[in-house]
Amino acid sequence: MTPARFRLPLTGYVIVLTGICWREALRFLNQRGRFLSALVRPLVWLFIFAAGFRSVLGVSIIPPYETYVLYEVYVTPGLVAMIQLFNGLQSSLSMVHDREVGAMRILLVSPYPRWYLLVCKLIAGIGVSLLQVYAFLAVAWFWEVELPPVGYVTVIPALLLSGLMLGAMGLLMSSVFRQMENFASVMNFVIFPMFFASSALYPLWRVQESSLALWWICTFNPFTYAVELIRFALYGQFAPFAALVVAGCAALFLAASILAYDPSAGVMARRGGPETAK
Amino acid sequence: MTEPTSSTRHASGPADGMPALDIRAVSHAFGTRKALDDVSLTVPAGSFTALLGPNGAGKTTLFSLVTRLYDNRSGAIHVLGADVRRRPAEALSRLGVVFQARTLDLELSVLDNLLYHATLHGIGFGAGRRRAMELLAQDGLAERARDKVRNLSGGQMRRVEIVRALMHRPRLLLLDEPTVGLDIASRAAVVALVRALVADEGIGVLWATHIIEEIGPGDRVVVLHRGQIRASGSYEEMRARAGGEDLSTAFLQLVSDTGEAAA
Repeated sequence: MTPARFRLPLTGYVIVLTGICWREALRFLNQRGRFLSALVRPLVWLFIFAAGFRSVLGVSIIPPYETYVLYEVYVTPGLVAMIQLFNGLQSSLSMVHDREVGAMRILLVSPYPRWYLLVCKLIAGIGVSLLQVYAFLAVAWFWEVELPPVGYVTVIPALLLSGLMLGAMGLLMSSVFRQMENFASVMNFVIFPMFFASSALYPLWRVQESSLALWWICTFNPFTYAVELIRFALYGQFAPFAALVVAGCAALFLAASILAYDPSAGVMARRGGPETAK
Repeated sequence: MTEPTSSTRHASGPADGMPALDIRAVSHAFGTRKALDDVSLTVPAGSFTALLGPNGAGKTTLFSLVTRLYDNRSGAIHVLGADVRRRPAEALSRLGVVFQARTLDLELSVLDNLLYHATLHGIGFGAGRRRAMELLAQDGLAERARDKVRNLSGGQMRRVEIVRALMHRPRLLLLDEPTVGLDIASRAAVVALVRALVADEGIGVLWATHIIEEIGPGDRVVVLHRGQIRASGSYEEMRARAGGEDLSTAFLQLVSDTGEAAA
């Protein structure tokens, strides 16, 4: 007799997503230091770096701005993207930690598809980054960074897309690095270069004036497009090319990380799983 | 939220006589290092099967393959008739696992850890909470439900991990050296808890260990050494191999590198 076809209930998928988001929220609330550092980091840039460079770095009128803007206003989208960049790093760091202590196994032995579990982890991470971004924007508002009210709403899709790209990038990195110690080097070799070689701190035309090579690097840096997507969205505008690049990179990073965590083709199977096999 | 029945339905038992776990001719290597070599073993439903082997024998690798942390590239693994590679959702929904390394989130409460696991199996918060409290009460841990895991003793953490593995009502329970690092009393409590599950609920148990004292009369024993099955049979049969001596003697003979591998 042929056994009845087994199927996981659809409601189960919703419950899994809810559970993973709920755990991420609990962990986030338990780690107040994480929230504070996520908030303080961009604020230091805004209060000190941007204030210091206000008179040095002039920014001409470039879209989406319709008038001269303060340097603080210019760097705000870059700092928002920076929050998401660090949050993506933090999420993947916690996955490396989970893998080291074995907690990752509990996630991976769920009967639900592994790609779905990873996407749920990403969504949970994006949710946390949204909280951090709005907390930052709220503080920035008192620092004369007043955006058009509609921008606080129209930026949400941009944040979701850029959060997906940066989270998927972190997920991919977490599959490559086996130990937290290795992961620390990511800060120096990936995170900081990505941030500095982008349009987060200065417009690309100024970069081009000073170094063509650096301009090319910035142009090929996906983080640049995340920044521009957020910048335009904060002013109620859509940047289609930036959206396309960010969506493409998000799909690429996500596919690569799903492959990396795949039980048959992934790097874990070759290396000995989430923990070294004994 | 979903009632436990939605999950327990697919975790329910197999046809009569079907083994809880059936591993056939499984080999696995990491690069050039062979971790398992043509391993075959069966865990009958409602039995306590001890997977006995020294450190590095391949027990954890075998557990990783059964739980599909990575795929077996040769042979076949069936959990209550469901092929782990071809029907992973069905297989994984029917098994519970306690890994050798502690996998509880120390910063969350006992109940939150259990609820998280429940949601990963598609059990909603309401049903998960009821199931968790029921299991914790049975195990005498109900009053610790709101405590952070960090504040539990090693033995209590292990018992919570076993409770967690039972949240979705599995029919096969895998335990990878669950008593390592526990004192005598805690070890006895964990062993008693699992044996009660076999006796009362008919769960098939695969218990990986290198501590021979945890195995007793009536148990099935599989000896794994250097990735190969050296022997399998009942506790009494294994003792008979050593001429009626204790199991330790039989085990030492079987894992002796000069000894002949026995089927």
